[in-house]
Amino acid sequence: MRLKIILALSVLAGLILAVNLYRIFLVVPDEANQGAIFRIIYFHVPAVITAFVGFYLGMFCAIGYLVNKDLRFDSIAASINEVSLVFGLITICTGSIWGRVIWGIWWTWDARLTSYFVCLLIYFGYFMLRRAIDDPSTRARLSAVLSIFACVDVVLVWKSIEWFRTQHPGPVLEIRGGGGMAPGMEAPLWWNFLALLMLATALILIRTRQEGVRLEIDALRREAHAF
Amino acid sequence: MKFLRQTLAIAAKDLRSEIRGKEAVNASVSFALVILLLFSFAFDLEPEQTREIAAGLLWLVFTFAGTLILNRSFARELVNDCLDALLASPVSGAQLFFGKCLANYLLIVVVECISLPVFVIFYNVRLQRLGLLFLVMLLGTWGITVIGTLFSAMTVNLRLRELMLPTLIYPMLIPALVGAIELSRVFINGGSLAENFIWFRILVAFNVIFTILSLALVDIVLVG
Repeated sequence: MRLKIILALSVLAGLILAVNLYRIFLVVPDEANQGAIFRIIYFHVPAVITAFVGFYLGMFCAIGYLVNKDLRFDSIAASINEVSLVFGLITICTGSIWGRVIWGIWWTWDARLTSYFVCLLIYFGYFMLRRAIDDPSTRARLSAVLSIFACVDVVLVWKSIEWFRTQHPGPVLEIRGGGGMAPGMEAPLWWNFLALLMLATALILIRTRQEGVRLEIDALRREAHAF
Repeated sequence: MKFLRQTLAIAAKDLRSEIRGKEAVNASVSFALVILLLFSFAFDLEPEQTREIAAGLLWLVFTFAGTLILNRSFARELVNDCLDALLASPVSGAQLFFGKCLANYLLIVVVECISLPVFVIFYNVRLQRLGLLFLVMLLGTWGITVIGTLFSAMTVNLRLRELMLPTLIYPMLIPALVGAIELSRVFINGGSLAENFIWFRILVAFNVIFTILSLALVDIVLVG
């Protein structure tokens, strides 16, 4: 069943992405000021939203573990955070490429970029911590606490665009009060978001399965050592 | 009232043991001096440039030196299983944490009070509003202490705890450090406080949020 869901999600995501690539590259016109490079927004923004949604879901699963003490929650939380971290890295890379063309620099220490970088560093720390602890329940407990702390930092990132004067382009999407994108140009972005979300879900399902198997192997190994 | 009394008992215990041994404070002060020395080699600065980066240097010294004290905070309880004894005592996790926080806070402030004059003398920086700078030091240090103490509790049983603690807390501390550095810059260089008031709010918000969060979660970290 799980395999069928993973397959279905991946195929659907692939199809949507293929149609979207056609629309993004051949249908949507160049942006008036930025030219062709603006198209990177179709991957940059969906990736960042996917990453943030993932980090929050990860925190809720972590809280789920703290409430239920069920290690499956921890497996799901770790998988979600790992996949979100990958999407976070995609965001940084696409953003950097865009910045090189438009700003002339790969990176700038502007408030939002910095906060985002900090956020990713915290999640790197999350996985370092997980690797350093052998006992599954201690690992789950401590990483759940770290996940909650990290999400508070994610809030600071999200709010920082309002708090700091920043070099990062202001809100573009309509729901954030931007209203700067023509309707025909915005639609592929949301479709891409849907596709990336499906892809992320498929990856999370695969990782959760792996985590479950790993826990099982660990338990069997401990049992074997006990004899 | 009982909460406060038991918290203070923990803080007094930690301070007493530190005053008798002086291991963390000695290491921390020496480390602060070494960093100050290294900075003098890293940057060959004109007086004007020194003033520009003084606030940043100062907070780097405080953070690095503070980590040494934070690292020892829970690690010193490992010998003779003292941590288990403390957890088995009628003191709650929050009291233990808060007591340790207070002790660490005092120790880090002491280290800062020693390294600040040294910094002023070595780098020929004239401080303009010392009282306000001290207030920023107190606020920023609380942020470092509260996060550092909680993570010190988290990493106490890990193999690489001396490495893990800084790697985990430095990124977490960025909002507080940025706020403290910006405010210190205003008080060292002169500048409008009204324009930079946002940093003060960020610093206070950081302290309040993470103090509450730490107190709420510390029992999970220590006991499970």
